[in-house]
Amino acid sequence: MEYEAVIGLEVHAQMLTKTKLFCSCSASFGDDPNANTCPICLGFPGVLPKLNRQAVEYAIRTGLALGCRINGKSVFSRKNYFYPDLPKGYQISQYDLPLCSGGNLKARVLGDDGRVAYEKEVRITRIHMEEDAGKSLHEASRDIRSSLIDLNRACTPLMEIVSEPDIRSAREASAYLKELRQVLLYLGVCDGNMEEGSLRCDANVSLRPKGSEKLGTRTETKNVNSFRFLERAIEYEIRRQEMILSTGGTIVQETRLFDANTGETRSMRSKEEAHDYRYFPEPDLLPLVVSEAQISDISARLPELPEAKRQRFISDYSLSDYDAGILSSDKVLASFFEKTAKLCGDAKVAANWIQTEVLCEVKDVETELPKAKVTPETLAALITLIQKGTISGKIAKDVFGDMWTSGKEPEEIVKSKGLVQVSDEGELAKVIDNVIAANAKQVEQYKGGKQSVFGFFVGAVMKATQGKANPAVVNRLLKEKLG
Amino acid sequence: MGADLCHLSIGELGALLREKKVSASEVLEAHLKRVETLDPKVGAFLHVNAEQAMAQARHAQELLDGGRGVTALTGIPVGIKDVIVMDGTPSTAASRILSAFKGTYDATVVRKLHAAGAVCFGKLNMDEFAMGSSTENSSVKKTLNPWDLDCVPGGSSGGSAAAVAAGFCPVSIGSDTGGSIRQPAAFCGVVGLKPTYGRVSRFGVIAFASSLDQLGPFARTVADAAHLLEFMSGFDDLDSTSVDRPVPNYAAAADRGVKGLRLGVPKEYFIDGMDAEVEAAVRGALAELEKQGAKLVEVSLPHTKYAVATYYIVATAEASSNLARYDGVRFGHRAKDPKDIFDLYVRSRGEGFGPEVKRRIMLGTFCLSSGYYDAYYRKAQQLRWLIRQDFLEAFKTCDAIVSPVTPTAAFRFGEKAADPIQMYLSDIFTISCNLAGLPGVSVPCGFTSKSLPVGLQVLARHFAEETLVQVGGAYERATDWHKRRPAL
Ligand SMILES: [Zn+2]
Repeated sequence: MEYEAVIGLEVHAQMLTKTKLFCSCSASFGDDPNANTCPICLGFPGVLPKLNRQAVEYAIRTGLALGCRINGKSVFSRKNYFYPDLPKGYQISQYDLPLCSGGNLKARVLGDDGRVAYEKEVRITRIHMEEDAGKSLHEASRDIRSSLIDLNRACTPLMEIVSEPDIRSAREASAYLKELRQVLLYLGVCDGNMEEGSLRCDANVSLRPKGSEKLGTRTETKNVNSFRFLERAIEYEIRRQEMILSTGGTIVQETRLFDANTGETRSMRSKEEAHDYRYFPEPDLLPLVVSEAQISDISARLPELPEAKRQRFISDYSLSDYDAGILSSDKVLASFFEKTAKLCGDAKVAANWIQTEVLCEVKDVETELPKAKVTPETLAALITLIQKGTISGKIAKDVFGDMWTSGKEPEEIVKSKGLVQVSDEGELAKVIDNVIAANAKQVEQYKGGKQSVFGFFVGAVMKATQGKANPAVVNRLLKEKLG
Repeated sequence: MGADLCHLSIGELGALLREKKVSASEVLEAHLKRVETLDPKVGAFLHVNAEQAMAQARHAQELLDGGRGVTALTGIPVGIKDVIVMDGTPSTAASRILSAFKGTYDATVVRKLHAAGAVCFGKLNMDEFAMGSSTENSSVKKTLNPWDLDCVPGGSSGGSAAAVAAGFCPVSIGSDTGGSIRQPAAFCGVVGLKPTYGRVSRFGVIAFASSLDQLGPFARTVADAAHLLEFMSGFDDLDSTSVDRPVPNYAAAADRGVKGLRLGVPKEYFIDGMDAEVEAAVRGALAELEKQGAKLVEVSLPHTKYAVATYYIVATAEASSNLARYDGVRFGHRAKDPKDIFDLYVRSRGEGFGPEVKRRIMLGTFCLSSGYYDAYYRKAQQLRWLIRQDFLEAFKTCDAIVSPVTPTAAFRFGEKAADPIQMYLSDIFTISCNLAGLPGVSVPCGFTSKSLPVGLQVLARHFAEETLVQVGGAYERATDWHKRRPAL
């Protein structure tokens, strides 16, 4: 039998607020353990939560960007479970009345050639807010086994973005997650750092006979923290379930963990021992009420999103769908491109330069590009030098290399290295005469009809001028002289 | 002057302080001395922070000497229920699991009292985590009723009520989740006021049932309670459930009289099995109020019979969650040599919590668990709404509701301890008020033949604490029950 995978993702995004969800402690990452704590996030006796309004705004912003309905009234609930790094013994989350409901996201799924094969629309079930838990560190190296707890992360604000089970393959899942991550970055609500855990993903996977409407038993693979792991975890889970089903077995509903070392998922806990979270409305917080005016205010301040930007790049700059897709894939890159294009006046040339030279140099656009020594201003200046005929395209590539390492202005490099293009006909005619005189054999071949030898002469002239000759002038003069 | 200072109202004490007839330190010392000599009999205090209190008294004296920033509370000693967190002071909610815990911050109400120049001088005994009606559930010690040392002081704020009755402090603070201020006030013959939910910040109050808990004053007179309430009340940015509306001068309402006021007498509150002497005392009080020009009208609160059941579902559900943080990982008590984390939780909590707390955690956990939520918790929330509606309906025809506080006067130790249901039923008249979020007060209205105090309960509309003060003040002026002192 042929099976079809049914996949839904639950994405936890840490919101980029300065302070935590229910207290005024810093929400920054990487500080000394327990440095960012107070009686409230430590869950001390007597304390009460106070909602961070910035986090509410970020969650609404995300909801609006994903086409969700923003619920005028939502409710915080307590999710009760014991865990050493959960200070209060419950997590304040949203349950039956979340802040955002419904919505959708269009993901661009790549084919084997790395190009966009098709677009996939994934519906969003809900977005709700919740606080994070702390972190346990287990020390096995000491004589006594001990566990240490860092509560810096406790009470930091998360959004949980839950998709409908619309995803059908590992590739679609990672395309969805990539697109979602981009949207969050564009909105400035999450730093998207998967390694540090600011963006985490749980994958619900089930299989059903192709054509069937009924959902199969699902497993949930927890806390996958990279696109590659997500694809591998889902692929493994599909294969595993397929094997069980095709040999007549049944899938056990359970929570699984992905092991990046083996590429396998393994059981964490089964449904039998699953938690009964005993949700009930948080009595220490009033229902969260947001007004229409607040929503429309946030809506009016929404930035342009990746999809809209891509469309605009196609229409405004006549870029190909492929080029527009790459250049809009990141907020920093997109603005680098737009600035360069505006300054040099030729979007296509700017797009080419960025995609070939700039992207060649940076591995991680988000982190490296803002720090690069080449800026839109200097890159546009370089392109202008080509447009004016001051340097050739070939020389420009060398100049770019110099700019990238030294951070110097292109004019300065061209001047100091004497790279200005030679367009003077008299000067070039002399060089051409010398080349023709020194290569009688090739002249004969050319005159005998072997057109391909022409390139040899161009190359020889370039060599003689150290690449500084204006190729257009060289071409014309060579044609005249060779007859 | 000495011992005489310990039986004055804060109005009288404040006058002496402002006229420099006595210093704040002398006032504090007199009370400390009385606690030292007589509290071994009563057992009201869990902890006396004499040194911190002396510093506060000196500060209060500076204010008095400077004549600036002086309030009705400047230099007045205030006892604090141990459920309230005070910086650097043991704050244990009378529980073994918190026996080593010292506050690391001040509750909002403590901050407000300090700001008014009050001297917070000790922590008062209570039922563990405020769960109980007799203070027999304290994990530390018994508090005895100053009127009869064989009787309970009521609960859960038994220490706060007994301390005021015994002359250890002129006023104190308690918390009321289902009657825990009004019932011990009635048992100890003092005034106890439970404000509207949201009137006083709960920040720094060790939570029992978050949607029901509210702090309030104990005092010897209605006016004193009103004064203290004024300083405790008001919006607090740290408590999302506190309400932002102006705080009136409550004490001013004490002299208004009750002429023309319509007082509702709920027919469901005068039940069979009620102690005849209690009923007689309350009926006598109603007659007195009528004599002063109030009009008695019969009202009905038809869902009263569901109140106790509703309360024990809502309160225990919230408590089961609120008490989850005491897991042996922090706050002192941890079981020795746990095998694993589960063992650590189970044994630490097993050792740390007393039987009543365990009973309520289990009840609450059950009511919230999947499969039972709809049958219990959701039903209780619906009933809660109906009970509230009963009151809103009744307040269309009356300005306040008057009733007994309890069906009986203070009972003897152990009398009800073995039967939790009997104990729960003793809160039958006080519980509905918390479910509806209303304010209520208990004022002394007589004594039984065994010389045990009886209390009159007055309930009013949301944020109508002034009405409570008005009715209580009028009754108090006409009687002298509040002037009697227990012989210790
Ligand atoms: Zn904090």
